[in-house]
Amino acid sequence: MIEAPRYYVPHSSPWPIIGSTALAITAFGAVSFIHQSTEKVAAEGSFGEPIFFIGLAMIAFMMFGWFGIVIRESVKGMNSVMMDRSYRMGMAWFIVSEIMFFAAFFGALFYARIMSVPWLAGAGNNLETHVLLWPEFADTWPLFMTPGGGITEAMEAWGLPFINTVILVTSSVTVTFAHWALKKNHRVLLPIWLAITVALGTTFLTLQVIEYQEAYGELGLTMGSGIYGSTFFMLTGFHGFHVAMGTIILFVMLLRSLRGHFSAENHFAFEAASWYWHFVDVVWLFLFTFVYWF
Amino acid sequence: MISITTRFRLHRCLTFFALLGSSNMAFAAEMDMRAGVTDISQRILQLHHYSLAICVVIGLLVFGTMFYSIYAHRRSKHPKPATFHESFRVEVIWTTVPVLILIGLAIPATSALIDIEDNSDADLTVLITGSQWKWHYQYLEADLGYYSNMATPEEQINNFETKGRNYLLEVDRALVLPTDKKVRFLTTADDVIHSWWVPDFAVKQDAIPGYINEAWTRINTPGLYRGQCAELCGKDHAYMPIEVEVLAEEEFDQWIVDQRLAIELASGQAVADRAKTWTMAELIDIGQQVFLDHCATCHEADGSGQGSTYPALAGGEIPNGPMAAHINQVMNGAVDTEMQAWAPQLSDLELASVITYERNAFGNTTADIVQPITIFEAR
Amino acid sequence: MAVTADHNIPNRSPLMAFLSRWLLTTNHKEIGTLYMWLSFVLFFIGGAMAMVIRMELFQPGIQFAEPLLYNQMVTLHGLIMVFGVVMPGFVGLANWQLPMMIGAPDMALPRLNNFSFWILPFAFTLLISTLFMEGGAPNFGWTFYAPLSTTYGPPSTDVFIFGVHLMGISSVLGAINIIVTIFNLRVKGMTLMKMPLFVWTWLITAFLLVMVMPVLAGAVTMVLTDRHFGTSFFAAAGGGDPLLFQHVFWFFGHPEVYILILPGFGIASQIIPTFARKKLFGYHSMVYATASIAILSFVVWGHHMFTTGMPLTAELFVMYATMLIAVPTGVKVFNWVATMWRGSITFETPMLFALGFVILFTIGGFSGLMLALVPADFQYHDTFFVVAHFHYVLYPGAIFGIMSAVYYWLPKWTGNMYDERLGKIHFWTAIIGVNMTFFPMHFLGLAGMPRRIVDYSLQFADFNMVASFGAGMLGLTQVLFLYIVIKTIRGGKKATGRVWEGAEGLEWTLASPAPLHTFETPPKFPTPEEDYPRD
Ligand code: HEA
Ligand code: HEA
Ligand code: HEC
Ligand code: CUA
Ligand SMILES: [Cu+2]
Repeated sequence: MIEAPRYYVPHSSPWPIIGSTALAITAFGAVSFIHQSTEKVAAEGSFGEPIFFIGLAMIAFMMFGWFGIVIRESVKGMNSVMMDRSYRMGMAWFIVSEIMFFAAFFGALFYARIMSVPWLAGAGNNLETHVLLWPEFADTWPLFMTPGGGITEAMEAWGLPFINTVILVTSSVTVTFAHWALKKNHRVLLPIWLAITVALGTTFLTLQVIEYQEAYGELGLTMGSGIYGSTFFMLTGFHGFHVAMGTIILFVMLLRSLRGHFSAENHFAFEAASWYWHFVDVVWLFLFTFVYWF
Repeated sequence: MISITTRFRLHRCLTFFALLGSSNMAFAAEMDMRAGVTDISQRILQLHHYSLAICVVIGLLVFGTMFYSIYAHRRSKHPKPATFHESFRVEVIWTTVPVLILIGLAIPATSALIDIEDNSDADLTVLITGSQWKWHYQYLEADLGYYSNMATPEEQINNFETKGRNYLLEVDRALVLPTDKKVRFLTTADDVIHSWWVPDFAVKQDAIPGYINEAWTRINTPGLYRGQCAELCGKDHAYMPIEVEVLAEEEFDQWIVDQRLAIELASGQAVADRAKTWTMAELIDIGQQVFLDHCATCHEADGSGQGSTYPALAGGEIPNGPMAAHINQVMNGAVDTEMQAWAPQLSDLELASVITYERNAFGNTTADIVQPITIFEAR
Repeated sequence: MAVTADHNIPNRSPLMAFLSRWLLTTNHKEIGTLYMWLSFVLFFIGGAMAMVIRMELFQPGIQFAEPLLYNQMVTLHGLIMVFGVVMPGFVGLANWQLPMMIGAPDMALPRLNNFSFWILPFAFTLLISTLFMEGGAPNFGWTFYAPLSTTYGPPSTDVFIFGVHLMGISSVLGAINIIVTIFNLRVKGMTLMKMPLFVWTWLITAFLLVMVMPVLAGAVTMVLTDRHFGTSFFAAAGGGDPLLFQHVFWFFGHPEVYILILPGFGIASQIIPTFARKKLFGYHSMVYATASIAILSFVVWGHHMFTTGMPLTAELFVMYATMLIAVPTGVKVFNWVATMWRGSITFETPMLFALGFVILFTIGGFSGLMLALVPADFQYHDTFFVVAHFHYVLYPGAIFGIMSAVYYWLPKWTGNMYDERLGKIHFWTAIIGVNMTFFPMHFLGLAGMPRRIVDYSLQFADFNMVASFGAGMLGLTQVLFLYIVIKTIRGGKKATGRVWEGAEGLEWTLASPAPLHTFETPPKFPTPEEDYPRD
């Protein structure tokens, strides 16, 4: 409830309109890019690819600009306690929405494992589906052979994925150490712990790239290898994307901490980054459990 | 003739509100759910009436109170508002009473549903496959199957001809079922989701590609019953009717025997067709009819196609290209497009003639002739 | 509307000033205005598509809309009305009213607010532009069931997919902003249980948005990858299931329909007490009822899928859960009636629309209840009975809700009273038009007319004609509404600050029109002249 006499309301800002234009350009570019590269419709002479990347660049530009003014406001001390709370709540609810985004894909995974795959093999009231349509099909998970006959091998949980689990959990710990350092205003340890976290994030991503290469190259596990491959790449892919984002954000935090930003009391951006990182970590634990392990 | 029917209907519209209150039979029949010809459909009608009555009564009470208040508590009559608000007792009452009413509704609904979902002990099983935009019926026990296409001609749809009594609800070959037998329907689809619905049986079951759903019926009275596809399935979703001819048991058994006989005759005919060498004129004659019946919805009667969605055959690459590719395209269709495989749907003669037709109509002048034997060998 | 110095930087051309004012604004009132106009424009576009539908259905036979065009019209009409009219309309109202009703200076995250808005015009431009693309606009219904949208969708499907992504981003960010504003910026003394009901219903709506819009984003993403990247979420041959799409979609879709109505409940709960000059009968139970509806809405999505071959136990569970929603909704209806009871009622236009809302929404709710009965739904499903149901809850529900709110708050926004006589004409023509359009659809559905068909057999001709006449009337009166709004903006009898003698709440302590910046120093709550507490 209002304690501060005045809640800072910025007067007009160019960044939102730049951002929405950027999003629209990205979306439009993505569509033409996809059409170009999948040849669903002949798209000769369409500039999907450059448009798409221009859009992305504009989004990046918008973020720099937008976060830039927010940082400047914060450094100038314009942010009241209340404002800080608004940002916190905003970030928390944003993470809730991200959780729901992943929930859609986890839902698909569970649906496939509990419903559709057993059904195709005749479970429940689906005997006829099995007998008349897919008599050869057997219910296994990971799905080694799809009803249509596509074949793949499964990704082993205790190789790279397990190492990645250890890495990500460790990084969650190191980012917490960085937070403690910040709260104690220890300006040397803060960037060190942050740098370690960023390094761990990068390692995770590198290993994931190697894992994908193995999947495509050796296991025949691709986006196209049935519902197992679909859920596998959708979940790990979007997660990897989030790790990449989180790593970049933490890297920015590292740079800012080197510039002397953040105080022991006021460091919302840092906290938001670490929440995000923890969220990404928790998602991975679910992924490891349900995509790789069981 | 359009204007006459229109004027007639306009007239009926104007008297519509007057008729609403009266018990005009024509309108009453158009306004209510059908009783149908199965025990289940009649139970559903009862459930419908029962729930409707409950809603009407609640509505009368709620709206009655409201209108009384609007009348009696308007400012000119009731200038000083009361100040009461919040009453735990009232809230409890108007929470529990609806719960009780709902329980009263849930009981008959549950018992009807349990019976509807009991697919066991069928006497006869029909596999119904939906595809864009026709139905295929397969009698599993009798090894008999055929396609059922809409029979309403284009001319009626485009208002060039007077619309018939069963406009859009007539097919070339109806599904035939016996009375007093538990018939089990298995539904599935080749391409997109369709839904097989005959209101008189109260059977509506989605046909989902790659999966099979079950439903059943037991029909009490012989007759001709009509329905429609009830799931949006693309362009001609409106043109996917269902017709079921219900026969007494003995007639149905006889019908099955007749069909088996007809199949044998047809295969004899096919052998004869194959043996014969057909002339261009003969093939084009048959081919044109096949084209109008099966291909014109997409490629248009003049072969002009529809934009980029459905390619033009007039001057088209394949109809003017190598013969083998053309035959392959028509027999096997194109994967994941609405161009379906026609080999299972048409006879050798029909395929040969439609391909010949395409290569020599709409300004295409390949002068090629395809004989049924070529198709037979390509199968 | 007042323009403050911030926006009028001298020596700028008027055009630049205009553009920079509306493009760059962070003011909740200006953004609210933008939302309302966007919603209004799209209402006419979506409505024009409905006119095409109704003209084609005027008689049996193909008149002028080829089947593919018809399907495109139905799809875009549904999408635009749901995502482009009702949702932005409610968000616009929230933008204008929430800060004023809770005594806040603005929304909590003003820049984000502008961002949420400006995404939408782009998203809808993309969506509508599909009409002019190769292969035409999306034609698979607003529910875009796979595999019709995956394997068989036109190329423009991808534009639609990214359009939905944009709308999703906009809605989620907007909803976050609303939640934060309500939680964080309330004036001292306004505890949660003292918030006006419009605020409460919006809080719960925003929560629903945050929970389900990302799921819709997930659904369209899977459609995209199934279309282009070889995945098989919705294809049996790969182990997936077309029904998975329906589950994901309706997990979003059912809460979505409450997103489309809960703020309307809030509006009715503001307006009815005002014109009955009597406190809302049961404030607490209204809050609890809203929350129960929201919670229940997460477990009833299966009622859209009764004919898909769900297992018996699932059908029973979903049926019971769905029926249960009638209870809290009933509590709301009874509360509105009890509020009117022995009040001192007058019938200005906002009240008329609110009363129309209560009655006709309830009728739509009744048909919803009938749809929930699984055996009966086997007959109703995918017929015009369903179309009748959802237009009753959406048109005289959501749209009437928005319209009554516009009449109610327009004097506060513009400082001018609207023309009461024209408002009444608008109401009466709208209510006749609505019933004439949508009531006969019940009969059509019961007689067996499937929905989404371009052409129908002869027995359905009469009622379709009646419905088309009604639709024409309904469409025309919206032009009158446009006229009334413009007329009010341009002038009219000056409104007082309080506007309605029976009105309560902080927004009425402000002058009319409300100054651009309000409550930069928090007001006193409860306001001195009224003893505001509700418990
Ligand atoms: C604003 C939007 C809105 C709202 C509020 C509702 C409210 C309800 N809806 Fe509706 N619905 C839609 C929008 C909405 N719906 C849409 C858009 C579709 C179609 C989607 C598509 O396929 O395209 C749909 C479809 C739909 C179906 C699927 C039909 C089918 O496709 O076969 C069902 C089935 O159960 C259903 C049920 C209900 C119920 C039980 C309610 C309840 O919430 C209603 C509760 C209210 C009341 C019951 C009235 C007031 C209560 C009382 C006066 C108390 C006493 C009453 C009793 C005890 C009976 N709806
Ligand atoms: C809030 C939601 C909302 C609203 C307000 C409406 C409003 C209307 N709807 Fe819509 N409708 C839906 C949501 C809505 N609808 C949905 C979700 C579907 C399902 C789609 C699907 O199946 O996928 C649907 C489907 C639907 C159908 C079923 C089509 C079919 O299944 O085949 C029909 C048929 O009559 C219809 C009619 C109308 C009419 C006549 C109006 C009228 O109320 C409209 C009144 C008209 C105006 C408000 C505009 C006035 C415009 C002019 C006078 C033109 C002049 C202006 C210009 C040229 C700029 N709608
Ligand atoms: C449901 C719509 C539909 C129907 C009915 C249909 N087609 Fe097609 N047809 C298509 C589509 C779509 C394509 C394009 C396929 C592609 O993308 O490769 C096509 C392609 C073709 C082509 C190749 C054209 C070219 O030059 O690329 C031929 C030949 C053809 N169809 C013949 C027929 C015949 C013969 C029939 C009837 C027996 C028929 N079609 C019925 C939709 C249809
Ligand atoms: Cu088949 Cu609709
Ligand atoms: Cu629903």
